[in-house]
Amino acid sequence: MYNMPKMGRFGDFGGQYVPETLMNAVIELDEAFHHYKNDPKFNDDFNDLLKKYAGRPSLLTYAKNLSTELGGPKIYLKREDLNHTGSHKINNVLGQALIAQRLGKTRLIAETGAGQHGVATATVAAYLGMDCDIFMGREDTVRQALNVYRMELLGAKVHPVDSGTATLKDAVNEALREWTRKVTDTHYLIGSVMGPAPFPEMVRHFQSVISKEIKNQILEQEGKLPSAVLACVGGGSNAMGAFYHFIDNPEVRLIGCEAAGRGVETPYTAASINTGTDGIFHGMKSLFNQNEEGQIAPVYSISAGLDYPGIGPEHTYLHKIGRAEYVPVTDNEAVKAFELLSRTEGIIPAIESAHAVAHAVKIADEFNSDENIVINLSGRGDKDVAAIARYNGKDLYDE
Amino acid sequence: MSLLLQDIMERIYTMNRINHAFEKPGAFIGFLTGGDPDKQTTINCIKALIDAGTDLIEIGVPFSDPCAEGPVIEKADVRALENGMDLEGIFSIIEEIRKNNQNIPIVLLTYYNPVFKYGEDGFLKRLKEVGGDGLIIPDMPYEESEEMRKLTKENNLSLILLVSPTSNERIKTIAEAGDGFIYVVSSMGTTGVRSKITTDIPSMIKKIKDVTNVPAAVGFGISTPEQAEKMCETADGAIVGSAIVKIIEENGKESPELVYNYAKQMKEAALKGGLKRQ
Repeated sequence: MYNMPKMGRFGDFGGQYVPETLMNAVIELDEAFHHYKNDPKFNDDFNDLLKKYAGRPSLLTYAKNLSTELGGPKIYLKREDLNHTGSHKINNVLGQALIAQRLGKTRLIAETGAGQHGVATATVAAYLGMDCDIFMGREDTVRQALNVYRMELLGAKVHPVDSGTATLKDAVNEALREWTRKVTDTHYLIGSVMGPAPFPEMVRHFQSVISKEIKNQILEQEGKLPSAVLACVGGGSNAMGAFYHFIDNPEVRLIGCEAAGRGVETPYTAASINTGTDGIFHGMKSLFNQNEEGQIAPVYSISAGLDYPGIGPEHTYLHKIGRAEYVPVTDNEAVKAFELLSRTEGIIPAIESAHAVAHAVKIADEFNSDENIVINLSGRGDKDVAAIARYNGKDLYDE
Repeated sequence: MSLLLQDIMERIYTMNRINHAFEKPGAFIGFLTGGDPDKQTTINCIKALIDAGTDLIEIGVPFSDPCAEGPVIEKADVRALENGMDLEGIFSIIEEIRKNNQNIPIVLLTYYNPVFKYGEDGFLKRLKEVGGDGLIIPDMPYEESEEMRKLTKENNLSLILLVSPTSNERIKTIAEAGDGFIYVVSSMGTTGVRSKITTDIPSMIKKIKDVTNVPAAVGFGISTPEQAEKMCETADGAIVGSAIVKIIEENGKESPELVYNYAKQMKEAALKGGLKRQ
């Protein structure tokens, strides 16, 4: 059986490397999470919201045209893009917001890269009547202007972050600082399987509904488990959610698709498992893109959601024990896959999720036609349309 | 002298350097970021701090992502890194100060990752070799500090632990493990100048004093002589960072004289507060 985390660790990875000011808050959160995850009333409330507000279960769609075009296995898409707010992020936000309420917190803060997690947090804050502040790198507010306005419509205040590289890691820094200032009334709703314990385990727990549903749906539709599950990985929440219930099925390959940016041989990459080294940052021991002096490196990806210099500690653990594979996917491959899925299936994926589609294209011939593989389609791509047009040299707004 | 005896003497001598800083009431502790804006200015500012009567020097190791720091020190870290400051540069600053001064205690404030990446034991050995006395790691809470506490002891260095306004019942455990001095975080949030400090510092100090004789110094948000005086009425010392870094930000290479003037009045105020306490 897969080892459950002990004391917030996955093997040697994880931990609680945060300033003393936050320690009582993370300890309190850890206790609350471990209590409520087994509390029937809490789970009823959570599952009710997943069903009636987020729209779960999400579909498992057979991608017939794509499968035919590639000529390999039957390819299924787990449709997290069909959730309310357009991505898997809502699963975790609902779970954490319910815990925050039970802890008496009245305000949610969050970091966001692409804006998907920020939008999900702002949405749930509006629904549950909580205050909401979102921290977003200045660079990302430009790349994802539509999502900024969306969050403001939902009543959240968006704080552009100018420090450092003005992207996701800097948004995390700023959210951590704000949490340190306001820890008594504020919950920091971390959007990925990262940060200090209990966040990696808690976020995975709330996202694991994805693999639970995939397992039931694929057995119902195919009568057997998939040969592989693919998901994109930045911090790694959708991947952890899609992998979790398959970890103890060694015949299922688990494949995390990292953002290679312009290539892992260049400095313009965000592939932490493929190019990172062991480090301690943002509350956790894991793999990070950094220099030999331990300074965190600026990273790059076309995808604002994967543009993070580290990865969740459980992924690092799965990588080190050889249970999951982590592969790099370039911007160019992701854009091609974005276009391919749009054209063949009429589904526009988030550019993040397109990284997983791209790798499925690459490895399709490793499987027979009687096998099936599942791609976790973590989000919808409407937010990316303008950026992809720009990538292809077309400016949609300034003629 | 036998090696063992030498080791014991060395240990006593080093411990004395930090202890010595707190022998008189109202210690004044000055912080600056190493290499901001360049190595020589840092050295000159440290000398100015020492000349002004500063009792302990805290050198910040610049880090790309200083999450516990407010904007003033964050910008200083950026300036230092942009000007090429690295760990060897930090060590050489201490070496340079030690050429003329064997008495002033010097500690590093560093995020964990640079230490981890260098190798904990190697880092501590190098720090000891150049004449450092201890270190503060703001993103290493008590729960993650066991190994580092062991290694610092083995290397005759102090790992300075922090307590904060949210620590409550944790204060006792942390204070019992305290070494060198206890860093009392005066207010919620990151480092930086604050006009008012509303935390109940006396009750935090009392909790510490109940379990340990290790001195307790207060930091975060202290910038005026009045604040330093008030803090030293209950604590063993006052730590000032952002206000010094701000002077360096505004005056660059011309800072040492201004740092001297500022530190002098702060030291006097700290002493005044400390004397009231006795």
